[in-house]
Amino acid sequence: MNTKRETYLNPDTLPFPFCPGCGHHTILEKLNQALVDLALDPKEVVIVSDIGCAGLSDRYFDTHAFHGLHGRSVTYATGIKMARPELTVIVLIGDGGFGIGGHHMLNAARRNIGVNVFVFNNLNYGMTGGEHSVTTPLEARTSTTPYGQLEQPLDIPASVGVNGANFAARTTTFDPDLADLMTQAIQHEGFSLVDIWELCTAYFVIQNRFSKARMQETLEKLDFETGVLHDRQRPEFSRAYREKAVSEGKRENVVGLTSLDPSFESSLPRQKSLIIAGAAGAKISTAGTLFSQGAIFSGLQATQRNDYPVTVKTGHSIAEVILSPEEIYYTGVETPEVVFALFPEGLAKVQKQIKALNPEDLLILNADLPEVETAAQTWRLDFRSAKRWGRKKEYRAIMALGVYLRASKIYPIEAFQAAIELSPRYAEDNLAALEASKDVEMG
Amino acid sequence: MPQFMDGNRAIALGAIDAGCDFYAGYPITPATGILLHLAGHLPKTGGLVLQGEDEIASMGFCIGAAMSGRRVMTATSGPGISLYSENIGLAIMGEVPLVIVDVQRMGPATGAATTGAQGDIQFLRWGTSGGYPVIVLAPTTVEECYTLTIKAFDLAERFRVPVFLATDKETALTKTTTHIEREHTPRVRDRKTAETESEFVPLGIEELDEVPAMTPFGGPHKLRFTTSSHDEHGYLTKDPQALDRLNRHLAAKIEAHTDEIAMLDVDADQGSETAVLSYGISARSAKAAVGKARRSGKKATLITVYSLWPVPEDAIREALKGVKRIIVPELNLGQYTREIQRLATNDQEVIGIYRVDGKLITPEEIIEQGGVL
Repeated sequence: MNTKRETYLNPDTLPFPFCPGCGHHTILEKLNQALVDLALDPKEVVIVSDIGCAGLSDRYFDTHAFHGLHGRSVTYATGIKMARPELTVIVLIGDGGFGIGGHHMLNAARRNIGVNVFVFNNLNYGMTGGEHSVTTPLEARTSTTPYGQLEQPLDIPASVGVNGANFAARTTTFDPDLADLMTQAIQHEGFSLVDIWELCTAYFVIQNRFSKARMQETLEKLDFETGVLHDRQRPEFSRAYREKAVSEGKRENVVGLTSLDPSFESSLPRQKSLIIAGAAGAKISTAGTLFSQGAIFSGLQATQRNDYPVTVKTGHSIAEVILSPEEIYYTGVETPEVVFALFPEGLAKVQKQIKALNPEDLLILNADLPEVETAAQTWRLDFRSAKRWGRKKEYRAIMALGVYLRASKIYPIEAFQAAIELSPRYAEDNLAALEASKDVEMG
Repeated sequence: MPQFMDGNRAIALGAIDAGCDFYAGYPITPATGILLHLAGHLPKTGGLVLQGEDEIASMGFCIGAAMSGRRVMTATSGPGISLYSENIGLAIMGEVPLVIVDVQRMGPATGAATTGAQGDIQFLRWGTSGGYPVIVLAPTTVEECYTLTIKAFDLAERFRVPVFLATDKETALTKTTTHIEREHTPRVRDRKTAETESEFVPLGIEELDEVPAMTPFGGPHKLRFTTSSHDEHGYLTKDPQALDRLNRHLAAKIEAHTDEIAMLDVDADQGSETAVLSYGISARSAKAAVGKARRSGKKATLITVYSLWPVPEDAIREALKGVKRIIVPELNLGQYTREIQRLATNDQEVIGIYRVDGKLITPEEIIEQGGVL
């Protein structure tokens, strides 16, 4: 604990600017009292506010202050608390701010981030002209509900409480123990919120002949209990996150780079574009990457562009690969020179490219697929002749690429093997499939 | 030492190597890879990664963390930038060092999530109220995704402003041979922080284009941060003199340093009357087109702009001297072409080449439509 201070209010900015009789005076005085009681170091307190009359509050405290956008205060507070868990981060928000930023509030509660929220709940928008807010009681008259409010008011503590807040309470500015309740909320680890009902003397009091007694009646009529409504001890998020997720590794150790230094040679004289047309779950993208890495091991440049539907486990999966002895600037593949049609889903997607193939181009077609009309030379690969490996769809692309590499010799098969060995977990099976591709019969 | 990776991975790696220690974002195609890479790795280097409940919250987290001393990044795509808009304004007003990656996809609205575009180029500059400047960088290769991410952090720290990295679906998700040399990574400059002993004035500057020193929440000085127009002490004000000073400062600290920020590559062809000027993914097509033209014995100058905003006007004008025809390929309907049009002299013809069908502009299109051959 730090030295006791007489006040946390900022002598440069006082007095408060609020209307006579406005509840904001009371809330700020009680907050000051709570801070005095807690004897916090003002340099370890951040007061975060947003928009509306309540948003004027932060400047009256001689602490850190963050005055942000309407309803977003709790998001800034979350960022501050995550960065500096040792700070006391207090959010001052109105019922308007709660309305526009309610989503953030529910998620802050659910997350149980250790910020302390005080809601200046005067049941309407006091700054812009007395419009209705999310907490305006039924039948209440506001400048935008001259017929009487028809919308059910939001139960603020219930909404955060039911979603995991560690501490949620409701009270009014007439509560003699308000400062103590605020102290209790600040002391509570995790997300805490106190919904403080108050009078807006500029609008709500006038339009509804509202008073302390009417406020009490309204609370009762709505069945809105006061006092501490939720009190839990779930772990506070910024600390829990650190315990679970964060460690202090050196960046270069944490994220290594796989170097593909050329150790083989390629005879590819000029750029070549290939399309591997397959199906979801058949490791098409992986095969394309291994094939490209093998090319880079052979001193070539490579690019790979994948295409698949947004629902990733179904439909086609296509890898467009460009290999070149020179740098590749344009990565589009309009007219491939080699098309691998390995699955019906992929075949359906590359009809146009197959039609555009020239006689010197190559179509590598799974023999199980129907005949395709093309000007290109066609290799029909009978994967069943490779027995066990040929039956597994997730090795078909690697096997087809193996067949192609052995025949075309655009780079050594050993370079492809070296690429496969980069992933030890899958290397054994992938190498076995590549070996088995020797048995694939070509029609 | 060549590697094989995509732009999203290179950006994540760039962020880690730039010393980023806070990231918050919301999943969105085609930017999600950055969130995934960083969620997997950044916390192992002491950094924090948060998935916000939406883009607005993610930006809020970033701003709170940046003002608490963290080096911060977020990434999204066009629809996310729409939601970032109000907080971009806040970050400009509060002078928050912040890196924002926009992996552009086709718009407007939800558009085409897995389809590339360069449709946010004006939006990034003018995407929030008030019209005050930001910095936008655009990489053309996976390597540049790495180096310009680091540069973006450097500029964010230097100028206390949101710095955007405008990439696109193709750069983000296409793997290419890359040559990232981490040991030669330039260091990110540290942010200017207020002396512990002296009094801290939030907007304590002598000249309008000066960048004020920072102090973090929880630091040695009490920090007053505000979204509202403020005086030098961070208090809301309507005093015309104070408002004028603040607003001119927000503009001057970027615009007066355009030459310092300017990044462009001019591959001049002596005596060439044609220049192809581009940026981002389209600059790759431009490079291929110019290479092809030169191999056919034609002259063409290639200009690649990396710092899109502020527009490096003097550098572009200089590069265009003597050129009669300027070809600007881009994946939108002429967003950067209009900047070039206002820089071109009366005797310079500006030819925009646009595609908005999700396909890349081919080198052949540039050659044919631009009359390069």
